[in-house]
Amino acid sequence: MTEEIIIAGFGGQGVLSMGKILAYSGVMQNKEVSWMPSYGPEMRGGTANVTVIISDERISSPILHEYDTAIILNQQSLDKFEHSVKVGGLLIFDPNGITRLPERTDINIYSIEAAEMAGKLGLSRVFNMIVLGGFLKLKPIVDMEYIHKGLEKSLPARHHVMIPENEKAIETGKGLITPVLVLN
Amino acid sequence: MKELRLMKGNEAFAEAVIRAGADGYFGYPITPQSEVMEYLMAQKTHERTGMVTLQAESEIAAINMVYGGAGCGKRVLTSSSSPGMSLKQEGISYIAGAELPCLLLNVVRGGPGLGTIQPSQSDYFQSTKGGGHGDYRLIVLAPSSVQEMADFAGLGFELAFKYRNPVLVLSDGAIGQMMEKVELDVQQPRFTDEEIRKNTPWATIGKTPDRDHNIITSLDLESIKMEQHNHKLQEKYRLIEENEVRYEKIGCEDADYAFVAYGTSARICQKSIELARAEGIKVGLMRPITLFPFPKKILNEMTSRVKGILCVEMSAGQMIEDVKLAVEGRIKVEHFGRYGGIVHSPSEIVEALKKQIIGG
Repeated sequence: MTEEIIIAGFGGQGVLSMGKILAYSGVMQNKEVSWMPSYGPEMRGGTANVTVIISDERISSPILHEYDTAIILNQQSLDKFEHSVKVGGLLIFDPNGITRLPERTDINIYSIEAAEMAGKLGLSRVFNMIVLGGFLKLKPIVDMEYIHKGLEKSLPARHHVMIPENEKAIETGKGLITPVLVLN
Repeated sequence: MKELRLMKGNEAFAEAVIRAGADGYFGYPITPQSEVMEYLMAQKTHERTGMVTLQAESEIAAINMVYGGAGCGKRVLTSSSSPGMSLKQEGISYIAGAELPCLLLNVVRGGPGLGTIQPSQSDYFQSTKGGGHGDYRLIVLAPSSVQEMADFAGLGFELAFKYRNPVLVLSDGAIGQMMEKVELDVQQPRFTDEEIRKNTPWATIGKTPDRDHNIITSLDLESIKMEQHNHKLQEKYRLIEENEVRYEKIGCEDADYAFVAYGTSARICQKSIELARAEGIKVGLMRPITLFPFPKKILNEMTSRVKGILCVEMSAGQMIEDVKLAVEGRIKVEHFGRYGGIVHSPSEIVEALKKQIIGG
């Protein structure tokens, strides 16, 4: 198993930390992982993205130009990465962040109303975990017990009280993911 | 017991230098390596091991602090990124001339000038052919993973003291910024004063009655003596070339063609190998781990098997000069570069292989 993922959105949406929690969970489950952030001008301009690879084998390149999964949280990222999803791959987006729908017809597309739900629950800080839940529902590449360990490792000890809240958000996300286009 | 963590390359390097028993870090912030000093500061190294972490007023001050610390037989280091490394070159030349051990890290960004903050490999010439003035060499280690960022901290100090020579870890923005799993060595103690007196008898730590003053300098106005000093340096570099060549070969056993690449480019080439082999093209990778000494002999030997070599560098073509010298014109050697902060895509490397080597 090798899963190559790009997560992209605005700075502050928790894009990098979502990737870090996923990667750390992979480490805890004894998988090979890499986490390659954007750190350049695009980040300073307000958008952030991270490439996460989780694999059972040694990872070759940590930098990719096409992905199994794209998790898209704003319009700029949809414009940039929609065409980088491998044929037959997966695109997840939050409709709250975009102004046009994805146009590809050769990939699986799902939406997740994570921003809306986070607002409803008053849990805007775990917005990214709702999105992560949606992804894990479709691709359970890491077991939930290791997600727990990943959260423990990624969050500083003083924030460990928030782990149940994060896990609840992941569960909420699993129920929110909605198919838009599913290939046979 | 080794400890497993998920860390950025810059952080892994910083943690590893603490664990290698470093005495002092002197630096000045610059993207994409600022996490090195940030991490050391956050770790409160002065409390943890007694190690000094100091932000100097400039890169030039930082390298001269390294010069001073190294002269006292201490394990000292500095880190920077390309423009900052240019500022340090005068000090590096002095340290090499004075034959002092120290560890240097360059997390390369695109140039020339202030350039860009994105990853690049365009400092190969500066790193391996001098950089500063005079006939000197650095031992240059090129990590291609976060694990190697950690491993080369300890190895770097070891080689630096073994040869009384600066060791440069030549990384790039991608390796510095990305996170991977890393196994960390256990904490090594810092040198005691007693060990410094015993292991580095040349150190300027105060005269004792049993010997003359130790003098550390790169200056000698008598040309005959300076020539002798240069002879001695050259002998040392030949010894390093004999003993310290390191490389990794991947998928070369049955290969008709080879990529030669280091650092981030070498990682991308491994993906290109997967893609090319899926199309039936037998290609392997020779990854130099030491850029000086360069693995010339092994490259020369490879010419009996492979029909052509594609050098893949995030530069306009620098390492290719060493590859061509090693290959001695026996087979075709071509360069494929992206630069200015752009990183190759795995598929464009395969296309370049087809166009420049197989079909060319």
